[in-house]
Amino acid sequence: MVPVLLGTTLFIYVLVFALPGDPIRALAGEKPLPDSVYRALREHYHLDDPLLVQYGRYLFGVLFRGDFGETFNGQSVGQLIADSWTVTAQLAATAWIFELVVGMSLGVWAGLRRGGFADAAVLGGTTVAIAIPSFVLAYSAQLVFGLKLGWFPTAGTDDGWPMSYLLPGMVVAAAELGYVARLTRTSLVENMRADYVRTAVAKGLPRRRVVVRHTLRNSLIPVVTYLGTQIGYFMAGSIIVEGIFNLPGVGHELWLALQIKEGPTIVGIVTFLVLIYLFANLVVDLLYGVLDPRIRYD
Amino acid sequence: MTEQPGTPAAPPPPTAAAPTTAAATAVVGGDIGGGAGAAASLWRDAWGELRRRPTFWISMTIMLVMSAMAAFPGLFTGRGANDRCDVREAKRAPASWNPFAGGDHPFGTDAHGCDYWAQVVHGTRAPIVIGFSVTAISLLIAVTLGSLAGHYGGRLDALISRITDVFFGLPLLLGALVVLTAFPAHGVGAVVLALGLFWWTSMTRLMRGQVIAVRDADYVQAARMLGAGDVRIMVRHILPNAIAPVFVFATLNVGVVIGSEATLDFLGVGLQYPSVSWGLQLREAQDIFVDQPYLLAYPAIFLTATVLSFLLLGDAVRDALDPRLR
Amino acid sequence: MPPTTQTTPNAPLLAVEDLYVEFRPRGRTVHAVNGLSYELRAGETLAILGESGSGKSVSAQAVMGILDTPPAYVTKGAVRFQGTDLLALPERRRRAYRGAKIAMIFQDALSALNPVHRVGDQVAEMLRVHRGMSRSAARGRAVELLERVRIPSAAARAGDYPHQFSGGMRQRVMIAMALALDPDVLIADEPTTALDVTVQAQIMRLLADLRDELGMGLILITHDLGVVADVADRIVVMYAGRAVEEADVQDLYARPAHPYTEGLLASVPRVDRRSATLIPIPGAPPDLTAIPPGCPFHPRCPRARDRCATEVPPPRPVGNGGAAGDGGRRSACHYAEEVLLGAG
Repeated sequence: MVPVLLGTTLFIYVLVFALPGDPIRALAGEKPLPDSVYRALREHYHLDDPLLVQYGRYLFGVLFRGDFGETFNGQSVGQLIADSWTVTAQLAATAWIFELVVGMSLGVWAGLRRGGFADAAVLGGTTVAIAIPSFVLAYSAQLVFGLKLGWFPTAGTDDGWPMSYLLPGMVVAAAELGYVARLTRTSLVENMRADYVRTAVAKGLPRRRVVVRHTLRNSLIPVVTYLGTQIGYFMAGSIIVEGIFNLPGVGHELWLALQIKEGPTIVGIVTFLVLIYLFANLVVDLLYGVLDPRIRYD
Repeated sequence: MTEQPGTPAAPPPPTAAAPTTAAATAVVGGDIGGGAGAAASLWRDAWGELRRRPTFWISMTIMLVMSAMAAFPGLFTGRGANDRCDVREAKRAPASWNPFAGGDHPFGTDAHGCDYWAQVVHGTRAPIVIGFSVTAISLLIAVTLGSLAGHYGGRLDALISRITDVFFGLPLLLGALVVLTAFPAHGVGAVVLALGLFWWTSMTRLMRGQVIAVRDADYVQAARMLGAGDVRIMVRHILPNAIAPVFVFATLNVGVVIGSEATLDFLGVGLQYPSVSWGLQLREAQDIFVDQPYLLAYPAIFLTATVLSFLLLGDAVRDALDPRLR
Repeated sequence: MPPTTQTTPNAPLLAVEDLYVEFRPRGRTVHAVNGLSYELRAGETLAILGESGSGKSVSAQAVMGILDTPPAYVTKGAVRFQGTDLLALPERRRRAYRGAKIAMIFQDALSALNPVHRVGDQVAEMLRVHRGMSRSAARGRAVELLERVRIPSAAARAGDYPHQFSGGMRQRVMIAMALALDPDVLIADEPTTALDVTVQAQIMRLLADLRDELGMGLILITHDLGVVADVADRIVVMYAGRAVEEADVQDLYARPAHPYTEGLLASVPRVDRRSATLIPIPGAPPDLTAIPPGCPFHPRCPRARDRCATEVPPPRPVGNGGAAGDGGRRSACHYAEEVLLGAG
């Protein structure tokens, strides 16, 4: 985990700061910058130090002072994240709940009626949901459910959680929900064939108990793993959806920073996202052990 | 296991009560080429299974049409890309929702007055070319690194695996976004590079696992004991057997790459004008789609159909290869 | 064999009558069991012997009612438990027999036990579901059951998961689970195949002891002639989904009455025939989608004649060298008497 964190952040850092464009000049935009001001800015951001020194200084700050660096206009990136992360967290939580509840339910429904109409409907529906790009879905949802039908607010967070987050949450969840439903279905169908399910039937247990106690729990182990690793993808998805629905979250900030090539902000936010991602994977590993005793003791 | 006579043709496992079959199995097991023969019949069975699936033919048809559009746009439209655009004709909605109803502009015109049908047809090439190039590059990286890591193990494996982990730590879109922001050029090549940089990781892991599995198979051990060299074992025994699942995975995920490319275009970090692509058309449509929904609908339909065809093909192939899931 | 439903003390506990099971995967029909009949009495051990694909496990699963439908269908026949035809019962009533009256243990206890539940809970589940026992009472009883199958420090081990047990201990857990409700019939499907030889003997000993202790009828499904000899009272030999021979163990070993049994015995090393060479049965078991007409064994049979290729030999009583009163011995061979005499 540590080498991954180091490698990933270094990679981004090098990429952003080794780029041919000059971040200071990019910040200044069209206006010519006085030479002295330019030099002062470069010094302020240690842009003249060797790259690895810059990176080391940066990483030290992140790890020991929780300092994600500063934006070019002096705002702390940490503060930026602190101000916006709740929006992203609420969006991710909403999407995650949709994925968990709707995705798993659809998967179980299809898996229990394998080969039937429900199965075909879920497979077909999820395939389409996966195929539609999220920004197309976002605009369509905004147009239909926001503007035309007026069921949901079209943009902003004025209505608070959950109302403002329902529609964007569904859009973020849509494609992943398809994967979750399919994974649940496949896992369930595979598990139904397991020897221990046959044993449970041979024990004379009611079908409901066979399904719930002896099939579902075993089937959900890979699904939980998958749901955990999805956190990282929510972050990427949030860039688009937060932009379209105008939610002032971390993804939105990253998007703004990308537009002006604001290196420290990009690196800061991406580092933060990678940390979340790795942390989520760690939690998944622990949860895996709880669900599957074979892992716990091995 | 209890016997399930679902595959009566398979030789039963050797048992004390069935010494003849035990002998027969021993003969088959002793054949060094046994693994390859079984694989060949698996693919033959899968093909027989595929042929009977309508989803397979639907997705193949979509792919063929899209490939034809990408390769020979002239077959579908008389206009070139950004050709004969007339601003006075801008944002003209199609006369009818039925594009076959006739008229000058079956799909209407875009914000610059270009024929939207021609634009959408010409928009096919970039996503298709990028989708397949990224897949080819990633496949090359994955097969090389995966084989090296799996075959040699040890420090080389540890190094390759760590590098893979690093790139795996960045989700595809997030990574490509950062790379493209840092990159001065925004042509097809830059987008291919940015996506390819993050797309090879899963395939490399898969390839490594496959190579390790095949490396320890009996027929490879046998070849090694017969004195076959490293390269020969790799090329003749390991690669042919390990590469198939990786190749299938790569092919079926071309749709994901195409979707990601469109997203990058849409976000403004991918291809730029005067390139023509569905993603760019969708980007241009975003501000005016409330009044001109067809500008959003047509490229979205083409894009979704293309991605969908790969997904459907993926489902069909997976089911055909794994009959237990039916 | 007439369906015997009278309630004399010698009445069969379990009678399988003319059972047919088919698998229909995608347009094909696999004839797995084709007119199997046998009877089991209390306290008796019946061995069902056959190769893979002979239908021995499938028939046992049909008796338990745990076949997957689709693709498996019981197309004909009856399974009478104490006179009641289980196949005619609705699922809800059938379930009351499963595990409670007829229990089953499987070959691979590692995959047959649920990996995510503690073994004590898996045993206790039987008591909680069928008997409605409280959690703690069921747990206490589960420990007793684990003790009965001689698992050391059962109370502590009840909290362990299946993967923490050795193969033999896992099979003991399976047996404890099967015995939880004092079933009248225990079906053991290759219970020792996955185990080491020394452990095999222990498990077989345990099963025999429990059978005597509890007075159960035991059906032992196996492909291993050696396992059968020590424990079984009677043997049904299956081939291509049919019973080709049924006999008391001693009789069958002494003189087979079917060429297939004869072939099986000749192909296995035996201590009492040290010098004899092993003779494999030529050919392979039949394709169950296209079973040969006539006697299914005739293509491999050294004694086959023209009649065998056209006329299906029904199982019929055969005497002990022509003499009557030979413990219900049956053979499905046109020339059973010839085989018995060892001629040819």
